[in-house]
Amino acid sequence: MASSENNILLKVEDLKMHFPIYKGLIRRQVGAVHAVDGISFDVMRGETLGLVGESGCGKSTTGRAILQLYKPTAGKIVFDGTNLVSLKSEDMRLMRRKMQMIFQDPYASLNPRMTVGEIVGEPLLVHNIASGREVDEQVAHLLEIVKLNPSFSTRYPHEFSGGQRQRIGIARSLALHPSFIVCDEPISALDVSIQAQVVNLLEELQEQFNLTYLFIAHDLSMVRHISNRIAVMYLGVIVELADRDTLYEKPLHPYSQALLSAVPIPDPFAESKHKRTILQGDVPSPVNPPSGCRFRTRCPIAESVCAESRPEFRELNPGHFVACHFADRFL
Amino acid sequence: MSENTLLRLEDLKLHFQTTKGVVQAVDGVNFSLGYNEAVVVLGESGCGKSSLAKAILRLLPRNVASYSGKVFLNGTDIMAYDDEEFRRNVRWVMMSLVPQAAMNSLNPVLKVGDQVAEPLMTHHGIKKEEALQTARTMFQHVGVPEAFLDRYAFELSGGMRQRVAIAMALVTSPALVVLDEPTSALDVLTQANIFNVLKRLKHELETSFILITHDIATSSELADRVAVMYAGQIVEVGDAKSFFTAPLHPYSKKLMASVPRLRGDQEPEFITGSPPSLLNLPTGCRFRDRCPAAFGRCSEEPPVTVIDQRLVKCWLFN
Repeated sequence: MASSENNILLKVEDLKMHFPIYKGLIRRQVGAVHAVDGISFDVMRGETLGLVGESGCGKSTTGRAILQLYKPTAGKIVFDGTNLVSLKSEDMRLMRRKMQMIFQDPYASLNPRMTVGEIVGEPLLVHNIASGREVDEQVAHLLEIVKLNPSFSTRYPHEFSGGQRQRIGIARSLALHPSFIVCDEPISALDVSIQAQVVNLLEELQEQFNLTYLFIAHDLSMVRHISNRIAVMYLGVIVELADRDTLYEKPLHPYSQALLSAVPIPDPFAESKHKRTILQGDVPSPVNPPSGCRFRTRCPIAESVCAESRPEFRELNPGHFVACHFADRFL
Repeated sequence: MSENTLLRLEDLKLHFQTTKGVVQAVDGVNFSLGYNEAVVVLGESGCGKSSLAKAILRLLPRNVASYSGKVFLNGTDIMAYDDEEFRRNVRWVMMSLVPQAAMNSLNPVLKVGDQVAEPLMTHHGIKKEEALQTARTMFQHVGVPEAFLDRYAFELSGGMRQRVAIAMALVTSPALVVLDEPTSALDVLTQANIFNVLKRLKHELETSFILITHDIATSSELADRVAVMYAGQIVEVGDAKSFFTAPLHPYSKKLMASVPRLRGDQEPEFITGSPPSLLNLPTGCRFRDRCPAAFGRCSEEPPVTVIDQRLVKCWLFN
């Protein structure tokens, strides 16, 4: 795949993000939360990579570690040929112009005391890209891009609905003309009736500005509509990565299969035919993750080998990676 | 009124007084619910769904401007009860509530077992030992390990806390449980588990449910009937099968089309604009401004039409 090397915008190699736990008077480290524990993947230029999994599996931590909002414990993050982990903070600041984030909660991620114009224009000021009238002009333009009325720039966030607020957040993320955006569950706080509006807007913007997205979500049905490829995370590791249609039609990891079978379908006729395999129990604690395969405690097909060795993340079919000792069974 | 009716709402209204004016959150709601039946109330945020739950259980904030209409429970008009009678005979005796974000509504300094047992002690004067025994049985019903009786809320996961809240609503064996967005903050897998619990409870305990949600796909798991709420009113009521296969009201159709599908190439749609402010409702049909099928007549208040036992409030069907 030498020819596609140029096509890789972001390469994550064996990324680990452990958060230390301190205890006692002298704040001795007693353990660590293994939020992300050795994941590797590539994001191609212009594609949308979906990242799905249950709460607490490390999706958001991955997104934040890529943007260097956390300092990774180990691993490499190569963006456009530069390893971000070894960058000095000033160089990283320049790099951030190219990589932005859209946040989950449109109610919490906009400062209530700033006007929309100030919010959307702030990146321009922080990065000394524009000043004075230019900022106002660019803000007006950005609001038009996300289909909001430019006159809204003097209003405050509380005057807007959830969908409009999320579009304000999108306008802010576009201010610096980034090439890569981490979308951290951008629609999960929105009503179903407007989710598609935000997803459609993200798709249009992707085409217009040649953007690359890492789209983090727990809603498998909406992720399908925006992603080219999808990675499934469980307890700090990626268990399966494949292109969209393959993953939805022929998932090879038992966890992906369980996730997909849990998605409800609004059709009572299909429902009666539809046999669900529902996982029991909760995700184990990332402080002491299970030995071997992390999913073995809830896995319907686990055997003794699963407790002994960690399954390799291997390419079973071209472009279809899976970390399971027994994935061949589902081929 | 049919023999089989557990709850019947007639022209139920709940308006709030705010500094900006009167919020008409529930504005003339009519519908009924049978024994061992699950009705799903669907609608976008800000349509008055949660206020409807409050109005049914008479859990009212201080700024109520008006609260009127009739609520028949087993044939008795409970709106005629004073607050003390309502507390003694209705709330947590005949019907209970799993509030929105219930998993965050547990008391952090009380053991969850004690919290689940509490309604039995206050409403039925049952001794603590005995109440805890019932709480233990309820934990089994909702699938929480018995050992968790002695735990505190922060020691449980979101899904477990939600089950505890459901156990608390069921502990007094009410005929009706109102669930306000029971799974909206949970993961797909946890959601599926909770819905399996609810389905089982409906079967084992013969409880009736009113399920308030905007999650159309998940709600289809439990629903016997569906009521669609828009701007304080019910615009469509019908049995779940016909509703999910062919919704009638243009709003219901738009809502259904916005649900993303796991298979097939159908792109999800969205509804332009947002529901009207409950402070300042339009005259005539309240959905008219967002409706693709609106025509001249829609400026007049639409009547409720009955089609094959389904009710729809829209001029298209008149």
